[in-house]
Amino acid sequence: MTKLFNSDSIEKIKKELEKWEKECLPKSLERYKERMEKFTTLSGIEVKRLYTPVDIKDYDYSARIGLPGMYPFTRGIHATMYRGRLWTMRMFSGYGAPEDTNRRLKFLIEHGETGLSLAFDYPTLVGLDSDHPLARGEVGICGVAVDSLWDMQIIFDGIYMGDVTTNMTINPPAPVLLSMYVATAESQGVPYNQIGGTTQNDPLKEFIAQKSYVFPPEPAVKIAMDVVEWSVKNLPKWNPISISGYHIREAGSDAVQEIAFTIADGIAYVRHLIERGMDVDSFAPRLSFFFDCHINFFEEIAKFRAARRMWAKIMKEWFNAKKERSLWMRFHTQTAGVSLTAQQPYNNIIRTTIEALAAVLGGTQSLHTNALDEPYRVPSEFAAKIALRTQQIIAYETGVADTVDPLAGSYYVEWLTDEIEERAWRYIDRIERMGGMIEAVKKGYPQREITETSYRFQREVEEGKRFIVGVNIFVEEEEEEIRNVPLLDINQEEVENRQIERLKKLRQTRDKSRVETCLSKLRRAAEKGENIIPYVLNAVKALATLGEIMDTLKEVYGEWREPPIF
Amino acid sequence: MERTSDILKGKRIKVLVAKLGLDGHDRGAKVVARALKDAGMEVIYTGIRQTPEMVVEAAMQEDVDVIGVSILSGAHLSLMERLMKLLKENKMNDIPVFLGGTIPLPDIPKLKELGIDEIFLPGTPLHTIVEYTVKAANRRRK
Amino acid sequence: MEKTLNGIISSALDGDRRSLGRLLSYLEEDPIKTSIIINKLISRSGKGHVIGITGIPGSGKSTLISKLITSYRREGYKIAVVAVDPTSPYSQGALLGDRLRMQEHATDPNVFIRSVSTRGLKGGLSLAALAMIEVFDAMGYDKIFIESVGVGQADVDIMYTAHTLLVVTMPGVGDEIQALKAGVMEIGDIYVLNKSDKPEAARTYEYLDFAIESGELRPKGDWTPKIVKTSAIMGKGISDLIKNIDEHYNYLVKSGLYQEKVLIRRKFMLKLLIEKIFLDKLDNMYLENKLPDIGESEDLYKVAREVIREIANQI
Repeated sequence: MTKLFNSDSIEKIKKELEKWEKECLPKSLERYKERMEKFTTLSGIEVKRLYTPVDIKDYDYSARIGLPGMYPFTRGIHATMYRGRLWTMRMFSGYGAPEDTNRRLKFLIEHGETGLSLAFDYPTLVGLDSDHPLARGEVGICGVAVDSLWDMQIIFDGIYMGDVTTNMTINPPAPVLLSMYVATAESQGVPYNQIGGTTQNDPLKEFIAQKSYVFPPEPAVKIAMDVVEWSVKNLPKWNPISISGYHIREAGSDAVQEIAFTIADGIAYVRHLIERGMDVDSFAPRLSFFFDCHINFFEEIAKFRAARRMWAKIMKEWFNAKKERSLWMRFHTQTAGVSLTAQQPYNNIIRTTIEALAAVLGGTQSLHTNALDEPYRVPSEFAAKIALRTQQIIAYETGVADTVDPLAGSYYVEWLTDEIEERAWRYIDRIERMGGMIEAVKKGYPQREITETSYRFQREVEEGKRFIVGVNIFVEEEEEEIRNVPLLDINQEEVENRQIERLKKLRQTRDKSRVETCLSKLRRAAEKGENIIPYVLNAVKALATLGEIMDTLKEVYGEWREPPIF
Repeated sequence: MERTSDILKGKRIKVLVAKLGLDGHDRGAKVVARALKDAGMEVIYTGIRQTPEMVVEAAMQEDVDVIGVSILSGAHLSLMERLMKLLKENKMNDIPVFLGGTIPLPDIPKLKELGIDEIFLPGTPLHTIVEYTVKAANRRRK
Repeated sequence: MEKTLNGIISSALDGDRRSLGRLLSYLEEDPIKTSIIINKLISRSGKGHVIGITGIPGSGKSTLISKLITSYRREGYKIAVVAVDPTSPYSQGALLGDRLRMQEHATDPNVFIRSVSTRGLKGGLSLAALAMIEVFDAMGYDKIFIESVGVGQADVDIMYTAHTLLVVTMPGVGDEIQALKAGVMEIGDIYVLNKSDKPEAARTYEYLDFAIESGELRPKGDWTPKIVKTSAIMGKGISDLIKNIDEHYNYLVKSGLYQEKVLIRRKFMLKLLIEKIFLDKLDNMYLENKLPDIGESEDLYKVAREVIREIANQI
């Protein structure tokens, strides 16, 4: 036991506190009444006026806080953290046709981003080709359109894939996009063991929050686990899954729910992989996570620390993982899109800065910072560059990266870390009692929680209990500056036509019978319950389109329609 | 919140809340649907991934007073143009339509030209939307 | 008003769906309009097969209906759905979400889906919904689904309106026997065990089977209730369910019960109409504070009778 404080000191401090409350505090209160009756974090946790050693009096340093790189990893998963290597500056990007995204990637690399992250357009996210009737008007708008292997090759034209790692935010079509990435890297001469990156590939949160689902829950999870299994065997540097809380948070959950539901999703996936006969230490080191970073500064920092501690415990005690790396919660963070305002958009730079700082102080492995024009459109170069520079200033000028987990020992932060952890455990217990996350999702439990929390938040804003500058305080009637924010120019129709033409050419030039053979082999493998990835890879190389492959899978697995939950 | 039963005696206000296009971000649509319900209206929520044709049919079958659309994918110009055209073809352009989502300011005049009655940017208070919906429904009934 | 009403009615009869939508709205307004419309159309109705679907929230009723619609459409039937959702007693508003599950049929011109809120009336099913069934019938819809949340005794009145009543349940709802005794469960012609892919399904099936054999779930006339296992999301069991529905339809026609049920439903509609006319007046008196005061020496019953007589005179 390495108790931080001895009981004598605590007693003395308690007495001092009493004295303080009697003599010092009332004078302050008389001068200024406190600004609010109650101060709460965004998760509704009440924040006291003052935190002292008394609040963490029973702390066992080694058990609760520990040292970075050692169980329970509260202070970080690496001993040196950012002194050894800065977090990856990985800007989520993509729009228009593959050529446009290729340009944007090169722009960001030129300006110092250290990891790539691809955003796909809606048709691609839900497995539709650019010429599908439902894709009309949506091609290339919120991300890049990818219909076939050709598109992936164009995206990486002039970018050597052996030198970069790429995150792909893709879920149901993850097998297809991963195959395209691998095939493209292959054609560049990159060996499998050099191919590095991440596929988001987290179906459970699609049902809860992001809603780019395609298949019903069980097949969706099966497919995702196929990706993990194949990747673990073939791509030693690849993170096949990014268990995500970002979307859950953006959809309206609070910080506690964000980590609780994410961790519950993770538990479900681990169980599935173990059921397949995989040894936990074979895949656990390759699991990664993805969190939001919202604007309540200390809550977010505490949240990350709590999440790391919880996951380490779960992997060690629930699943008996033996390798150190199996206990690490490695995560990417994105600053909270939902905290940005359409009003006075330049303020968003400040919000993103504070959120980025919190993510760094929380020990993230990789970070995306939002651009100021997100409430309007996919970012312009101007805005994306400022967002990237934000990270660089934090890394190189502020000194926060020069020591590990600097806020450890703060009475408030340690107390808050504990508080968040305790509340998150309660959610996880409830989900366990429901039979696990898949059952909970089918019952609509996390969806309902999110709906409730988001409605409550909106009411709080409208009742003046939560403040948003420019929205309910310091509101400006006529805002000149919005009109001057330079927005990205996308000629959507032109992009759509370009993609449609390309598809036509693809369908004309490829070997049709080869495509058909690959697709029917894929269908049979899916029906038999085999791992579909090798078959998807073959289909991709034969130039089957994303839509064709997804349609084949839809025939076998069906399509999901969500229940009405308010 | 205003109680529409106090404002409008007799037939309740019926609103269709729809998510057009492939965009799955339904937080706003659901919050607005709930606020309208709390204000005493009958709200039909279509769910995500609706085509303009599906929205028009639903509005027709449910005989709604107002249509609210949410689009956060950026595809609003194309989708709303198709929707407004269909409404006109079906002689339903007397039904006020309001739109919410990630809308760049330069697009607002274009959207108004299409016949969209009101556009609500992120950060719009719910009571503004509720009040607008009541007024719009009233206007139509006169 | 007569003229426009006639116009809308003939437009709807011609197949104009917007007019039909409008017409259905009139049925939600006042009882006089409702009577006029029913009067004009009643001679045309009486043929449609009314299929009631009830069951606890989450049992998958809407998905089931959606699948049934797909099958029936393949046989060329015209389908209407009246989806009843509860009204919030607090705000009097309603979130009507059943349509969401059936939106795949939204652009089929031979499928018409209408959502109705219960508006706090006791019994769950409102006059409007019943009148809508009559109107859909008159418009030539072959299969008319009436869907409601069957939580508890209140929704037993669906029994009075439907030809064939499907009670949807799912495995693992807790004490199956208790659920059976909740009143609504006793009235089914066909029990649909949805989500039957779940492991506990076999046990629930046994409960239902036993309940039917032992007479706990009463046979209705010569018809012994059937159990059908489905998994609506996976599309399993639907053809089996249709077979059973068709069997029940044939039974009703052969036994003459088909027409009798139409008469029963109209009687119930009359009852609801009377209630609405009367209660509207009573509510107004109450809200306008025109009800007499009750002192210490008043005979409550006498006072009530006088009020009733007064209302009757006003109508």
